[in-house]
Amino acid sequence: MSTIQETTAETQAATVDAPPKKAMGLGRTASWVMLIILLALPLFVRNFVIFQMTMLLIYGIAVLALNILTGGSGQFSLGQSAFYAIGAYTAAILIEHGGVNYVLTLPAAGIVCFIVGFLFGLPALRLSGIYLALATFALAVAMPQLLKLGVIEHWTGGVQGLVVTKPDAPFGLPVSQDMWLYYFTLVVSLAIYLASVNLLRSRSGRAMMAIRDNEIAASAMGIDLSIYKTLAFGVSAGITGVAGALGAIAVQFVAPDSYTFQLAIALFLGMVVGGVGWLPGSLAGAAFIVFVPNIAEGISKGLSGAFFGVLLFVVIYLVPHGARQGAIYAETLFNKLRRS
Amino acid sequence: MNLRQKLRIATFSTAIMAFAATGGSALAQKKYDTGASDTEIKIGNIMPYSGPASAYGIIGKTEAAYFQMINEQGGINGRKVNFITYDDAYSPPKAVEHTRKLVESDEVLLVFNPLGTPSNTAIQKYLNAKKVPQLFVATGAAKWNDPKHFPWTMGWQPNYQDEARIYAKYLLKEKPDAKVAVLYQNDDFGKDYVKGFKEGLGDKAKSMIVIEESYEISEPTIDSHIVKIKASGADTLMDFTTPKFAAQTIKKHGELNWKPLHTVTHVSVSVGAVMKPAGFEHGQGVLSAAYLKDGADPQWNDDPGMKKWIAFVDKYMAGSNKADSGLVFGYGVAQTLHKVLEMAGDNLTRENVMKQAASLKDFQTDVALPGIKINTSATDFAPFQQVRMMRFKGEKWELFGDIISSDGH
Repeated sequence: MSTIQETTAETQAATVDAPPKKAMGLGRTASWVMLIILLALPLFVRNFVIFQMTMLLIYGIAVLALNILTGGSGQFSLGQSAFYAIGAYTAAILIEHGGVNYVLTLPAAGIVCFIVGFLFGLPALRLSGIYLALATFALAVAMPQLLKLGVIEHWTGGVQGLVVTKPDAPFGLPVSQDMWLYYFTLVVSLAIYLASVNLLRSRSGRAMMAIRDNEIAASAMGIDLSIYKTLAFGVSAGITGVAGALGAIAVQFVAPDSYTFQLAIALFLGMVVGGVGWLPGSLAGAAFIVFVPNIAEGISKGLSGAFFGVLLFVVIYLVPHGARQGAIYAETLFNKLRRS
Repeated sequence: MNLRQKLRIATFSTAIMAFAATGGSALAQKKYDTGASDTEIKIGNIMPYSGPASAYGIIGKTEAAYFQMINEQGGINGRKVNFITYDDAYSPPKAVEHTRKLVESDEVLLVFNPLGTPSNTAIQKYLNAKKVPQLFVATGAAKWNDPKHFPWTMGWQPNYQDEARIYAKYLLKEKPDAKVAVLYQNDDFGKDYVKGFKEGLGDKAKSMIVIEESYEISEPTIDSHIVKIKASGADTLMDFTTPKFAAQTIKKHGELNWKPLHTVTHVSVSVGAVMKPAGFEHGQGVLSAAYLKDGADPQWNDDPGMKKWIAFVDKYMAGSNKADSGLVFGYGVAQTLHKVLEMAGDNLTRENVMKQAASLKDFQTDVALPGIKINTSATDFAPFQQVRMMRFKGEKWELFGDIISSDGH
């Protein structure tokens, strides 16, 4: 468990804080504890809470996708909501118009979004830093309007959106739709999480991180900058698309209003709160964007935005490195207790 | 088994025996579903208090205040109303989350007046599957009147398509050779009006409409669209826009010294929020339709219904702007639910609530225009189907013509 502690001593990189690649994952004990909690919790709570937990996992996947892009390859994107929307619409259209099984819509959404992300990335990635962020932001702003276009209204349902049928548990399993969807999402999330951790530990992942740390040095070492940057963009978009597809199935509805740029900002926020570059933090970040608005609303209806701001400020002020910092603190405390 | 459990079982079985013995007649008077009891009725609501549509948040606040007033007056048939309202920020996924919370965690009897077409579409299937009433939704889309497929969903306000048909009929009668420009908001709201309007014109739609122009709700100003429309040579403007843009349109065509026959939607008739900012001198002769009274219009100062409304606003919504039409809307819709729950009496099952909501006969709220009544039936889930045409003159709207039903009678 010393891997996480290493990160405390590390110095800050210029744009993105750069954790060593080993710290991308979670310690073994912590992983098992987390997994057991995620597996067992739905058995003891109401369907509504299971639904919330499903949304938590889905946003977790989307935040993780952004984390690969920003934490892994050092590029900013404020356009993730656009890919989330494309994934959601791909799934909804396939299920409702094509009669495709919902399981098959996930890879379809992933592939479509990977292609779109890759193609968008090719020209856009000539921009760097904040300029790329603005280019992707434009995509996020344009997406809700593009979805309303009359030409594709027959497929997208235009402003009315599409209602998606919720899948039943297969093989006549005696579990509710919500619980089945939760475990289904959990399996998908775990697969994506493990694949992502492995991706960042692989040769490609090292290349991305080299680009993040220093582009000139990376290209001097023979890394093809544009290919790896575009690839990171495509992978991130693809994973976001899978999250979008899951979101469409869980919410049972897609409409342009669901995917405004506020979603992009929320995902960005989730990444920062979870800890940039620390993949397990994605779940914590997702928890922040799912639950904190509800808490803020509970404090005051009229000033919910202001209270959300205050809570966000408190988090950034107390734990500027997000959930990762909290995890490190907990780890140290745990070790201290064990020794004493 | 401890004593308490034994006691509970004993009580329970006695109750069952009593029920069997009386043949249900004694208990038939009081029936409850989740969310209702001898002392309380729980009502859930979803409103955009934050986000792009936060201006509508006032409706939720008005409804909360209305039920607070009812509670202070002793409640509905002796039961206090517990009004639980959540903020969905006009986001359908959030609306689904909150609706599930209302139904599964807060355990409300019904979901009342959730706002927005996207949010309501997102929760409609769920609520109908759960058999929870989705009563008096705050959207004017035509699709809420579909008791056959969605027996648990009911609208409230006149629907946009019907209203647009009324304008089309008026135009065909008064100005059959009009060169019509259609300006609409590029969303479900605007498109519903365009659809109804074209259907109303029928075959003449193609020859009469000379230009169709749309704008996005995110645009800061629509001046350039008005200039373009004027250049088309149109002499009649159908203005299917929300309040902010209606005010801009009226002002702009005044400034351009262009005088088309101008019609705005019933959503954009507020004297305080539309006509005054646009400038009264520019708004002369503008046409529209209404079904509710305007809180800022002095002609209702002595109206008994509006007197009650003014007393309510002064006491429970002190400091709010009476010109805000959300205050009138929220009061009217809350009063309709109040009436339905009163009619339901001690039989507060979800089924009976829907049944009562579908048997409103000539019910008139304090804030509806004189003569405009709410009627529903098992096959008609559209409470308001009547409007009156009106023309802006001086500093207020003047009603003219008879009450028009949406089906044209």
